[in-house]
Amino acid sequence: MTSQAIQTQGLTRRFGATTAVDHLSLTVETGEIFGFLGHNGAGKTTTVRLLNGVLGADGGDIRVLGLDPAADGPKLRARTGVLTETPSLDERLSAVDNLTIYADLYAVPTGEVNGRVNGILETFGLAERGREKVGGYSKGMKQRLALARAFLHQPDLLFLDEPTAGLDPVATQEVHDMILHVSREEGRTVFLCTHNLVEAQRLCHRVAVMEQGQMVAVGTPRELAHTIGADMRFTLEIAPDQVETARAAVIPLAAVSAVETTDAELTLTVNDREAVPDLLAALQAAHVRVYAVIPQQTSLEDIYMALHRRKGQA
Amino acid sequence: MMNGRAIRAIVRKDLKVVLQSKAVLIPLIMVPLILLVIIPAVGGLLLANTDPSSPAITDFRRETGAFFDNLPGTINDRLQQYDSEVQRITYVVFNLYFPAMYLLLPTMVANVIAADSFAGEKERKTLEALIYTPTTDRELYVAKLISPWLAGVGVGWIGYIAFALIVTLTTWSLMGGVFVFDLAWLLLILWVTPAAAGIGLGAMVLVSSRVSTFQEAYQLGGVVVVPVLLLLFGQLGGVVYFSPLVAFVVGAILWAITVALIVYGARTFHRGELMARL
Repeated sequence: MTSQAIQTQGLTRRFGATTAVDHLSLTVETGEIFGFLGHNGAGKTTTVRLLNGVLGADGGDIRVLGLDPAADGPKLRARTGVLTETPSLDERLSAVDNLTIYADLYAVPTGEVNGRVNGILETFGLAERGREKVGGYSKGMKQRLALARAFLHQPDLLFLDEPTAGLDPVATQEVHDMILHVSREEGRTVFLCTHNLVEAQRLCHRVAVMEQGQMVAVGTPRELAHTIGADMRFTLEIAPDQVETARAAVIPLAAVSAVETTDAELTLTVNDREAVPDLLAALQAAHVRVYAVIPQQTSLEDIYMALHRRKGQA
Repeated sequence: MMNGRAIRAIVRKDLKVVLQSKAVLIPLIMVPLILLVIIPAVGGLLLANTDPSSPAITDFRRETGAFFDNLPGTINDRLQQYDSEVQRITYVVFNLYFPAMYLLLPTMVANVIAADSFAGEKERKTLEALIYTPTTDRELYVAKLISPWLAGVGVGWIGYIAFALIVTLTTWSLMGGVFVFDLAWLLLILWVTPAAAGIGLGAMVLVSSRVSTFQEAYQLGGVVVVPVLLLLFGQLGGVVYFSPLVAFVVGAILWAITVALIVYGARTFHRGELMARL
């Protein structure tokens, strides 16, 4: 098995005058949970379609699970599972019918179909209503059924487009656990398209950020924070009567861009981690007693918004 | 080599989905019921209970004199075997007027189901998941053609059996046996019906890629019944008479159009195009 589940080089797709995917080059490792972030229209769905060979590229190279999607589409799609943005379920049919038909389409061994369908309905909490028409399901149930269908044939590579949209917190947690399980325990690769940055931060080993068809950043959240030079934030625990003294001591420092105070805390934003020792020295010189230094991790949301602003300015 | 299991799964899905839709099912039940059961039953009962010396029969025969006089020799020979005018009228009504009407059925049924299968699937947003399956474009296309065609032919054949039973039972006292089965009917059922179903879905293949809803597809694709209606009017006007030769020629023309439409459809059916339009 190749160690790269997905490799693209200069992948491009146009619709008329619009370039939906613009020279996309990325690599996703086998077993990785890879987050694909971006606004609506950023090119995420088109990328998933290109990677599954259901849409032809105008340029560039693609290898998915070692196959060329354009030439080996059916062979590739037998090994991928896709949760589309809309559940895409036959609402006039029952959940069992929906899954049985797709089990046949994905060539699940005939003798295993019933067991596999019942098992996955059980896993996704739909067993009791499996014989009911899907049209009567809640949005969350439909989403769970669509997910079950994507998992049904045990694909090597899962493409999940907003997998927790419409789910309540408990169901969301269950889906997160399932995604982590298939990645960690079963070694499957997950390509996660999402707007939910908290979800991406929690689940993904690496993320890519798309803007107008272009990938503007890729890496772990920590790497991205470093790449974009995101400001570093940390909180100092100090004696309550020294808050104003501390504030006066740090404000003159050039590296400090923001200071927030509470009763016994000082939260500082600095533009360079090298400023931290200087800052502590300044506080010591002002006889401020520092009890703790607590780094505030830059969130994916901070990074995403910074990238978005940067792209807007460009 | 095509994936038979995947094709059967799509056919099964499409037929199951159709059977769950009132909008599709009602015309599929009502039209055959009216055309092949109710109208023949009423007509058969009326004719069977008509007094052969009734002035209505004399009037009808006089008004349709030209039609009867111009019937081809083979049909005339057959009509001469009957003793009464009512029997001859009954024979003509059920053997010359009904076949063209009957042909509307497989065409319409295939048309409606193809509209649901192609445009309806797009409208219900279920096409995307199907496109992501490991089927080839050809398998997807063939599977999408089979369910409307099977339904069209099936309804046509069941419809004919119902029609023949109803007509035979209601006119038994008058005709004394089965009179709506001969070589022309056999050709109509085995040769023309599958072609009529084929043209119904072939037209829909063309239309459905250009529309996004079942209703639009159904309305546009409905144009396909026009040649069948022309045949019906031609028959009523005495231009064409239902005979084995006519059945064979009509079947050959419908098959030619069907094959052309399906081959053209196959060339233009690409999942990438479908996906780009979703």
